Amino acid sequence: MSTVVTTLTGVAASHGSVHARAVGWDPGTAVAVEPAADIDDASARVVADLRFRAAAATSPEGAEVLEALVMFAADPELLALAKSRVDTGETPEAAVRSAASTYAEQLRGLGGYLAERAPDVEDVGARLADSLAGRAPAELPRPGHPYVLVARDLAPADTALLDPQVVVGIVTEQGGPTSHTTILARSLGIPAVVACPGARAALDGHEVLVDGTRGEVHLDPDADLVASVESREQQVAERRAQATGPGATADGVPVKLLVNVGTVDEAVAAAGQDVEGIGLFRTEFLFLGRTEEPELAEQIETYAAVLEAFGERRVVFRTLDAGSDKPVPFLGLAEEENPALGVRGLRTATSRLDVLERQLRAFAEAASRTGTEPWVMAPMVSTPAEADAFASLARGTGLHHVGVMVEVPSAALRAAQVLRSVDFASIGTNDLAQYALAADRQLGDVAPLLDPWQPALLDLVASTCTGASGRELPVGVCGEAAADPHLAVVLVGLGVRSLSMAPRAVPAVRATLAEAHLSLCRRAAEVARAAADPQSARSAVAELLG
Amino acid sequence: MPTRTAVIASSVGLHARPAGLFVGIAGEAVRSGVTVTIGRPGEEHVNAASILSVLSLGARQGDVVELSAEGENADAVLARLVDELSVDRDAKAS
Repeated sequence: MSTVVTTLTGVAASHGSVHARAVGWDPGTAVAVEPAADIDDASARVVADLRFRAAAATSPEGAEVLEALVMFAADPELLALAKSRVDTGETPEAAVRSAASTYAEQLRGLGGYLAERAPDVEDVGARLADSLAGRAPAELPRPGHPYVLVARDLAPADTALLDPQVVVGIVTEQGGPTSHTTILARSLGIPAVVACPGARAALDGHEVLVDGTRGEVHLDPDADLVASVESREQQVAERRAQATGPGATADGVPVKLLVNVGTVDEAVAAAGQDVEGIGLFRTEFLFLGRTEEPELAEQIETYAAVLEAFGERRVVFRTLDAGSDKPVPFLGLAEEENPALGVRGLRTATSRLDVLERQLRAFAEAASRTGTEPWVMAPMVSTPAEADAFASLARGTGLHHVGVMVEVPSAALRAAQVLRSVDFASIGTNDLAQYALAADRQLGDVAPLLDPWQPALLDLVASTCTGASGRELPVGVCGEAAADPHLAVVLVGLGVRSLSMAPRAVPAVRATLAEAHLSLCRRAAEVARAAADPQSARSAVAELLG
Repeated sequence: MPTRTAVIASSVGLHARPAGLFVGIAGEAVRSGVTVTIGRPGEEHVNAASILSVLSLGARQGDVVELSAEGENADAVLARLVDELSVDRDAKAS
């Protein structure tokens, strides 16, 4: 018996583990049907087929994916481009594929979310071509028992129809953390590992243990391994279900679990959940796209509604974060070549101090109306002088909890001075990563540099916490980093004492923190900072936390 | 030809569901005889009833876009589309 490869490694896409037989699948095998008459006929047939599948979809996310494909298959410009290529001599089958790739390439060039839709457009092109050639789309395997589906990649139309009673695990050779396969596997609760090269050849027909938490697939695992992974998963599930209330480490160090929200509706919805307050209330929605400043009364009413919804719980308001890429027409900001480095955040107060003054007054009025005291912070603070000026302005307005966001490396490096006159700091890891790694958040091509596990970013968080420690100022994190349970442990180890995230991320972070003593958090912070790159930081911490 | 500008309100930009809803309305307009185009101010416009063309604009939250319509009731169609762009359809997805 061979003992060469017993474990394949990929990217953990959907948590949980499952032990079952793997079935390899190649969607290229198709049945012959009557070919479509022309491109319009093919479009009508593919639309009908996808609508039929949408009706049978196993989750709302699946139905939504299929509805998007329906729109692509009926797109008038896509069909017109294909027809014009037929006029210049391409076969209809080749023309629909090449027209779809033209649009797919455009989307790839835009990066990020749009680039991830490119395979969907190609999938539609392939479906149109199949219809013209008289090939019916391949169906998922039905081996008569629950199985782990192993494929090169899954088209969205395939994943949308998965029955979680039958397909109990997924392994794909391609795909990424935000691809459809991942999103749908998570929504259906199916453990999944993606970006796992060589999976089909290695796994087909074998008993496998899919560890979607670690991103590993074990081939023909022995009973001990299966039992240990299963008991680990069961414990995690139990602790997650049991953990409620205020966040804390295993030894009782409080870590406030807060949420990021951007509208009154979101705030009211979040108030009904088991969270300790709002760590970041973005006020932009009141201002964005407005040609006139919102009236003081409208502002007071909005802020008061948020404070009322949260009662005694903490609410942190961020003052207007505008810039030439987040245009607020009445501010009269000039066009800039480089909006991320321009007049944005607190910097807009240099030309329009009156707007900031009115906003601060609205916070103070809302406070006295509701009898609760909001925390108020300014975005994009770079120097001690800016922080001092903001603090004295806010205090002069009658606000008592005044803070700044740390999202510019200079503020993190000189935290002791920058924080000398404020009451708290909140680290915006998304912007801090953008500035520390010199990588535009809007460019898909540089996205890997913005990984919240970048050791350089963790160094800046550490520097902020050290700077704040002299006066024992509370430091929080309100970026994407706070929502990753393992990274949350690292942040607490670095000295962070509040984490603000999307409401749905709170339970997992709470459960993971509750299992880690502060000493373990500190150790996790050390190993993460000692790593050379985000991936090894992640693995080292995963190893440590078991 | 009537033209209006709008600011993209959706936090995801003019992508995903917000784009689908927008293109759906533009498609309805085409069936009632009104053609609509969309583009960045001063740049070439694309067919507003084509989801792929609209996505390819890569319009993000806060971006300004220009809409033009031709046909009967063009003004009413434009007003409806501008309203659609001014709501954050993705607010709940945080």
